Amino acid sequence: MSRIITRRKLLRAGAATAGTTLLAGCDRFFESSSMRPLLDFGQLLSLKAHRLLLAGQPLVREYSLDDISPDFPSNGTAMPEGFEYFQLIANNFENWRFKVDGLVRNPLSFSLDEIKQMPSRTQITQHSCDEGWTAIGQWTGVPLAHLLNIAELQPEARYIVFHCLDQMTDSEFYYESIDLFDAFHPQTILAYGMNGGGLPVRHGAPLRLRVERQIGYKNAKYVTRVEAVDRLNMLGSGKGGYWPDRGYQWYAGL
Amino acid sequence: MALSEQTARIATEARTASSRREVIYRHSLAVRLTHWINLLCLTLLLMSGLALFNVHPQLYWGHYGYPGVPTVFSITGRYNPETAQPEGITRIGDYTLDTTGILGVTYDSDGRPRPGAFPQWATAGMDLALARDWHFLMAWMFVINGTIYFLFGLLSGHFWRDLAPRSDQLRPRHIVADIWNHLRLRRPRGEEAKRYNVLQKVAYLAVIFILLPAILASGLTMSPAATSAFPFLFDLFAGRQSARTIHFICANLLLLFVLVHVVQVLLSGAFNLLRSMITGRYVIKPERTS
Repeated sequence: MSRIITRRKLLRAGAATAGTTLLAGCDRFFESSSMRPLLDFGQLLSLKAHRLLLAGQPLVREYSLDDISPDFPSNGTAMPEGFEYFQLIANNFENWRFKVDGLVRNPLSFSLDEIKQMPSRTQITQHSCDEGWTAIGQWTGVPLAHLLNIAELQPEARYIVFHCLDQMTDSEFYYESIDLFDAFHPQTILAYGMNGGGLPVRHGAPLRLRVERQIGYKNAKYVTRVEAVDRLNMLGSGKGGYWPDRGYQWYAGL
Repeated sequence: MALSEQTARIATEARTASSRREVIYRHSLAVRLTHWINLLCLTLLLMSGLALFNVHPQLYWGHYGYPGVPTVFSITGRYNPETAQPEGITRIGDYTLDTTGILGVTYDSDGRPRPGAFPQWATAGMDLALARDWHFLMAWMFVINGTIYFLFGLLSGHFWRDLAPRSDQLRPRHIVADIWNHLRLRRPRGEEAKRYNVLQKVAYLAVIFILLPAILASGLTMSPAATSAFPFLFDLFAGRQSARTIHFICANLLLLFVLVHVVQVLLSGAFNLLRSMITGRYVIKPERTS
């Protein structure tokens, strides 16, 4: 077997190897765990700056009916798997009970009809996915502040966790969390209606969170239980949400 | 006889005077420091920005935009059933370009096709979560660094002294001459080399006072928290998707500026210029005697 290694081939191979090594080095640098504290500091900076800017709790821009986008993509789960959720749809969520518990004085449980009897808020807002797309939709729901006021938070409560019906892995359901600053914002609602009708399954029926100052994945769909907690490290991998557990930012106001 | 001797002596003196190598202190410490921090920030912002673009390689105009909404720009990779080959398609408005190998579909060192709008080497393979983290961290650094530079430029007189074109530079004849010098790649020497030329000044001013504020403001328009604090940003950019498009255009213009800047440095004595941006000292070449 004759193998002629020309200078050109050698150079090309060398360049390719050097290139690959450099790229791999680059990849490793960006992913390196030693960079984590720096990146976390950046996240903290954004959170603190936004809290300062939003101290007066302004509302996000609300649009008119004409501005509603013709379609509204459904990201993440579009149809929760499993017989349990299928049964809920089959019964029009009549057997479904929504719970508020955790660090509250009065744990609550409601049917969907009972939630619809509560004070409601309708808002036409822009939904922004971290992927880069945006859509405009109208949401009708109960302000989270109303539920938390009836349930009466205990003084230690610092975060509100949203437990969802869509199972993501063998052991995990989707969940998300926000702090009280966002939880009591007037536009933070648990929506059961969209664009004048009921909330479609692909958008999180029977109930989904709208937390308008944060991006897509924070707006948990299929919410079935709201829990008040004093820290987030007891749940999932401890980062406060399904995506945050996978490296995404917990505070996603940008 | 005596007259020609005198003439010769004057000529020699003139030659030595003009051929004297002069070293000037060109860049202050603040400018040098912020310049190199800028380079680091811009590199990482660009790489992470391209990674973010790759997640949704479509740009729209207006408030909303998602797959199905008409795009103003897109880079897609697809499998062409006719040729049985992957192809990269870049669309700008109604124009379609085949960019296979450059954008949309690229080939790795083993010749395997790799999908993705911008190639792996440009994004360092950052995923969405990582790219967001780096982009925002670097944005903070960029803004803090830029603020320091801006305050320095204002308070030290750097903007006025070094960047504002002098009245003689604004005369049409001078501008035309400067354009002509650029086209011939002719570099200023002597006294003219002690100041920035007028095209250079205009480019720097446009970047500092138009491009950078625009890229910052359009970036903020993509943040629901920031637009909640500053809702006028939506009106300024005609919507969040337009802001994303403008952000992308500004990033490209900034990259274009950097490329031209680097080419200019390479053409105008890279060693001298690099040294001046590191030590501050810059050697002025004598005027040509012929």
